[in-house]
Amino acid sequence: MKLDIVITGVGGQGAVLASRVIAQTAMAKGYQVRTSETIGMAQREGPVISHVRIGDDLTGALIPDRGADILLSFELAETARGLSKLKPEGTIIANTAQIFPVSVPLGISSYQTETILAALQRPQGKTILLDASRAALEAGNAKTVNVVLLGVLAGMSGLPFTAEDLLASILKQVPEKVREVNRKAFEIGQRLAEVS
Amino acid sequence: MNNLMSGNEAIARGAYEAGVTVAAGYPGTPSTEILENIIQYPGIKAQWSPNEKVALEVGLGAAIAGARALVTMKHVGVNVAADPLFTAAYTGIRGGLVLISADDPGMHSSQNEQDNRYYGKFAKIPVLEPSDSQEAKDFVALGMNISEEFDTPVMLRITTRIAHSQTLVQVSEPIQPVKFDYQKDAQKYVMMPAYARARHLVLEERLKDLADYADTSPCNKIVWGDKSVGVITSGLAYQYVREALPHVSVLKLGIVNPLPAKLIHEFAAQVGTLYIVEELEPFIEEQVQVYGIACQGKYLFSRIGELSAQAIKAAIEPEPTADTLKALCVSPDVPARPPVLCPGCPHRGVFYTLNQLKLVVSGDIGCYTLGSLPPLHAMDTCVCMGYSIGGALGMEKADASMARRMVAVIGDSTFFHSGLTGLLDVVYNHGTITTLILDNRITAMTGQQENPATGKDLMGNPAPAVDLEALVRAIGVQRVQVVNPFDLADLKTVIQTELAALEPSVIIVRHPCVFVDPASPKPPVVVNEACTGCKSCMKLGCPSLIYSDGKVEVDPTLCNGCNLCIKVCRFGAINSTGKEAGN
Repeated sequence: MKLDIVITGVGGQGAVLASRVIAQTAMAKGYQVRTSETIGMAQREGPVISHVRIGDDLTGALIPDRGADILLSFELAETARGLSKLKPEGTIIANTAQIFPVSVPLGISSYQTETILAALQRPQGKTILLDASRAALEAGNAKTVNVVLLGVLAGMSGLPFTAEDLLASILKQVPEKVREVNRKAFEIGQRLAEVS
Repeated sequence: MNNLMSGNEAIARGAYEAGVTVAAGYPGTPSTEILENIIQYPGIKAQWSPNEKVALEVGLGAAIAGARALVTMKHVGVNVAADPLFTAAYTGIRGGLVLISADDPGMHSSQNEQDNRYYGKFAKIPVLEPSDSQEAKDFVALGMNISEEFDTPVMLRITTRIAHSQTLVQVSEPIQPVKFDYQKDAQKYVMMPAYARARHLVLEERLKDLADYADTSPCNKIVWGDKSVGVITSGLAYQYVREALPHVSVLKLGIVNPLPAKLIHEFAAQVGTLYIVEELEPFIEEQVQVYGIACQGKYLFSRIGELSAQAIKAAIEPEPTADTLKALCVSPDVPARPPVLCPGCPHRGVFYTLNQLKLVVSGDIGCYTLGSLPPLHAMDTCVCMGYSIGGALGMEKADASMARRMVAVIGDSTFFHSGLTGLLDVVYNHGTITTLILDNRITAMTGQQENPATGKDLMGNPAPAVDLEALVRAIGVQRVQVVNPFDLADLKTVIQTELAALEPSVIIVRHPCVFVDPASPKPPVVVNEACTGCKSCMKLGCPSLIYSDGKVEVDPTLCNGCNLCIKVCRFGAINSTGKEAGN
């Protein structure tokens, strides 16, 4: 068993929570896990990347370029930024919602949506694109984008844990008052995975 | 029992298990979470000191008094603490003293990427380097034992990826807290020339003993594989080597100062080509070359930024290029996403105003360093903690007219860290500059830590809160003003008035950080049809304002209702959704 997951997004979207719950769930199943997270200055609306490695004999916590089996991304451009981490045959699960950095309206850089979408369609490898931000709002809390996407991830085959295991870890990690909205977000994610 | 722990969590646990009773530090990424985690363990008095020098002095004092002490800081913090560190190597300790140096290769959150292993050689103290969380925990106890056995402070050097990576850790029961009796010994602890000369001899003898220890220390280990290739490595680089070259022979060093010379000779004699793989500087390689051992290292790897498994693979066992290219995913251009001040940040209005006034800004270290980025563009210099005030005084000395069009900008915590002495210099040496102390009531950049002005300590207990106005006046600044950064008109007037004054002024810009403001978040703003798309509000650099199809929109999930954009809009096109507008 060896599974490498890269999570990308924008600071504040909950990448750290996502990587920790995946790791905790796999650990509870008896696997070795290692994670690495972005903490510090980049958290202020900058690009963030988390690495989660699950297996029996692990080395470092960082996934080498073109080594990830799954790229789980919370924002469209950040999906493209994380692409070099993914195996050619790896799976993309990505939010199509966009967060425009202040550099775009200032004309310092451009957000080329079409080019990015085209790059995500690769010769090999599955790509699941969905508007997880809208789904999070539907669940009742815009901040549950990460949990919607974890719900989608839970529908993948070859995971070392069940959807129920993952949901249980999430509910253990989040404060009581947002447990229900997170459960709902996860279930919406699961449904979206079925139709994707 | 196995726990999933970051390196920082593991070090905190390690201190608990090793009988540490005193812990001190100053927040700095990537070291901050060590002390934040240590407070969960009973029997440890932990504290944020005003700066790293004081923290190390507290640690050294505790160790001289007979306790085991842990001191934590980021790599540049060791520069601040270097003065006590170098002489602590002379005095030695009584209870164990371990200094955590959290280096930041790649500069994820730092102003430079110095390799603090050199401090080990320079200050003549042992340096341990863990390669995962388990070792990070175990090396605290090992460091304490080395410290007490050899009567020396020990540095435990970690890097960002060790600090912020989680790996499994086997925890143990703590030992009884360690406390030796205090013993007066002036010849050991009073470092005046006559005594210090004698201690230098002790120190040099100790280094020989430590070199012998390094040769037999269980923390250095050889993993034999294919002997045609041998790699000497340490820290996280060891993990990269295992990933990239699983079949080669590896000498993995846990103690990198002093180096185990005999062990290195033995290893080198048994392998074919010898590589030294290390992140940043060729610290090990330079010494191995001095031994007269042929080896390859830094000319294959960059001394800039982080190392990676693929860089090692490409340098030592390159794959045929054609295959590599075929496997490449094509990454399109993606927009730059520099970190920005949070929605509702009290610093935003300050830098917006400084930009409007086109002032020279002598900046400092904190969230507000982000005020240098577009669109705010309002910072000219940022060097180290506390530089802003001394640097501004220097500019005034070089060109007196600059004092009328320049401000020093420094945060509350940074001011306590090392701005006080700079301000004292301004007063003493006839400076007339204007200093803005951005008092957001917390140490924000590192994740909201308490400081001497917040009224709370690290353990969560109430603490005396320093009176900033009184402090500044006591230094000798007569002109002290307090302004609210959300009152843009007042802020602008006060800055202009103080710039004109021919004496030192301090403007305390006071508003709590959004993360500690009980009034935050407030209801979001909305844009009405009067928006002309002039983009004036976009000059605030607020991530919740979005420009699309010639109009501005607000992302209500990001906006926290600070209403600054309402104040800069000339068309009345932005409204608050709250009952009362403004702050």
